[in-house]
Amino acid sequence: MDLDDTQEQAAYRAQARAWLDEHKSQAPVLDGAGALQDESEIIAARRAWQGKLAEGGLAGVTWPKDFGGQGLGPIEQVICNQEIAKAKVPGILDAIGVGMLGPTIIAHGTDEQKSRYLGPMLHGDEVWCQLFSEPAAGSDLAAVQARARLQEDGSWRLSGQKVWTTNAQFASYGLLLARTDSDVPKHKGLTMFIVPIDAQGVTVRGLRQISGEAEFNEVFFDDVALDADAVVGGVGNGWGTAMTTLMFERVTIGLGSEGMGYNSNRFAQAIAADADARRDPEVRHTLGEIASELLAVRFTGYRTLSALQKGQVPGPESGLAKITIVNGAIKAGDLITDVLGPDALSEDGEWAYMISFLPGLKSAGGTEEILRNTIGERVLGLPPAPRLDKGIPFSELRSKETAAA
Amino acid sequence: MNLSLSDEQVFLREAARGTLSRFRTFEAIREALDGDAGALPDLWPAAKQAGWPGLLIAEEHGGAGLDAFDAMLVLGECGRVLAPVALLGHLPATAILNDSPAGASLLQALATGERRAAYLPVSPPDDVSQKWTVDPASGLQRGPAPTATADGDGARVSGQLAFVPDAPGADLLVGVALLDGKPVGVAIEADASGVTVEATTRYDASRSLGHVTLQDAPAIVLDAPDQWLASAWYLAQSLVAAESLGSVETALDVSVEYAKERHTFGRAIGSYQAVKHSLTEVLRQLDNGRSLLYYAGWARGGGPAEFPLAASAARSVAGRALDQAARTMISVHGGTGATWEHDAPLYFRRAQLSRRLLGGTAGATDRVAGELLAQADAA
Repeated sequence: MDLDDTQEQAAYRAQARAWLDEHKSQAPVLDGAGALQDESEIIAARRAWQGKLAEGGLAGVTWPKDFGGQGLGPIEQVICNQEIAKAKVPGILDAIGVGMLGPTIIAHGTDEQKSRYLGPMLHGDEVWCQLFSEPAAGSDLAAVQARARLQEDGSWRLSGQKVWTTNAQFASYGLLLARTDSDVPKHKGLTMFIVPIDAQGVTVRGLRQISGEAEFNEVFFDDVALDADAVVGGVGNGWGTAMTTLMFERVTIGLGSEGMGYNSNRFAQAIAADADARRDPEVRHTLGEIASELLAVRFTGYRTLSALQKGQVPGPESGLAKITIVNGAIKAGDLITDVLGPDALSEDGEWAYMISFLPGLKSAGGTEEILRNTIGERVLGLPPAPRLDKGIPFSELRSKETAAA
Repeated sequence: MNLSLSDEQVFLREAARGTLSRFRTFEAIREALDGDAGALPDLWPAAKQAGWPGLLIAEEHGGAGLDAFDAMLVLGECGRVLAPVALLGHLPATAILNDSPAGASLLQALATGERRAAYLPVSPPDDVSQKWTVDPASGLQRGPAPTATADGDGARVSGQLAFVPDAPGADLLVGVALLDGKPVGVAIEADASGVTVEATTRYDASRSLGHVTLQDAPAIVLDAPDQWLASAWYLAQSLVAAESLGSVETALDVSVEYAKERHTFGRAIGSYQAVKHSLTEVLRQLDNGRSLLYYAGWARGGGPAEFPLAASAARSVAGRALDQAARTMISVHGGTGATWEHDAPLYFRRAQLSRRLLGGTAGATDRVAGELLAQADAA
């Protein structure tokens, strides 16, 4: 058991650090004095910075060399993330593309798709978004209704709506899960597509949340034309392709959960600043409980990393860390608000923003309830609840549901 | 980075499971609760044979020279079957001695298990109270640490410590006393003049406890560095944590099996979301606890400044996990889970007592806050 770098890892760390030392003056400034203010300037600067990182070998660390990556393991990816954080510069803008969607295309895409899309994605020239969730298909992702219809010439026409789409407002492409056959059970009639966001019939609309800010988008598709070669992983194989993306999502979350900023040190700092709170037994007890669990998640991440390094794939149990982080952060926000009083709720302060963001995050990447079901069944081996949708063609599901109600 | 078990550690754990499987601990604990104290098996000979008494003692003194994490693996196995092995008292005591040249001559017999030691738990100062303290016989107010006065090469120690794990029957008592206000390590022969150990059991018959009274008891002064004196306390915290999580593992396993077999309204009860979620909650807390055991296991040698935080966090999470697991075990089994014949009450009793020993789970939780607040000040 060892938390230190091996010789090779130390050499890689030194190399990443040296590159960052040399180039960090070119990184965009996002906080503090001289910070960029204009949203489109920020995006442009972060895309350019991603290109720099890619040139320096600090983006797509785990991507194969053939596609511009470094062909290294998850440990090197984490070392790279740590050094970027230490240098106090932004990481890549398109973490979703490079972390999840690119690897999906590498796993399931055609050679043409790989050579056309991966390079510009890695360098930030084309940003990507993930078009999976819908208003009626989130935790039950296989219920997607966005419909792609095959045309006589082999092309497709797409209509429907996606939601909770990060980065869609400046994305060039999206990876989209659509229904292509309604007459088979719901997991079987799905297909994955690459969709240009600037195509005729695509509308992106910001989705404001509790904080008042729009961290996500809704994306509407009105009879959008897609070429035959937009299909990724084969027609009817969309569910399997989506599972690959979600596996990479687990890896991304497992390796970078603390990057969300929900860590024990940050919360302790807020309490430490208050001379009375830091001696109050009840405040200390609550802080201690929250912090213990958040610390645990840090080491759960290291355990995941050790398993990945041995070639193991993270399973659904990684959802437990997400449950711990979100609920821990919710309790921490509540504690800090108790200590600071209404002052914590100032709209432009960090705590108001955090406590506004967390209730929604509870449902992100699968609701807590569904995560607990999945973990109970797949990790503990408990029997599933009886289901009404097994083996039923998607087109007959609605009437079945209505009849059962 | 490598946070996984080595082949040797897997072997150590499997061997411990094999050793302990030869004893019927649950039946014995129930009989002991019914008043037959002799029902409890003496597991020390088995521990000796397995080499556990010398786990933390250097090889040059006859031990295995292993680290805290290996000891936690063994304690985890003890916890799985609620086995009364006197390691919680013995191992932290040997850790203090192992780091004190003055204690070297005592180590050989302790490494083989020919003699048994018990740790006198004295809690190090924290960010609010600058004092070394001991668990009180009753109430919230912590007691004063034992005091020592110089006596030739050694010292005379006086003080009172309540609910000391594995103190009854120990040959040697090892802990911390204040000499001119400064903490020093002390080793006291249990049969020396001025030493009284009053055996006591509370609620959990599988746990041997003693109230220790020292009155000018002659002691060897151990030249262990301050840091190692405090470290013994955190080692004890991490061992309780490991033992508790072992108990959580079996409590969860048994509950899950029952939830698969027992049917109501035509379905296995484990298919109901309410039952499934409560079992998943136990798994969540167990998994968090396991991660913190790795943290504590690494920190004792690899990052000693973080050991107080790591061990206290592990204790905090493990204590809550054990309570949650025991209560869930009872409720998943329905009314049967609350009956004398079932094993669930034994886990419940273990949870209620364990969470109050050695400064308590609450004390460890407070320590986590204190350590993080101190870190925040330093940042």
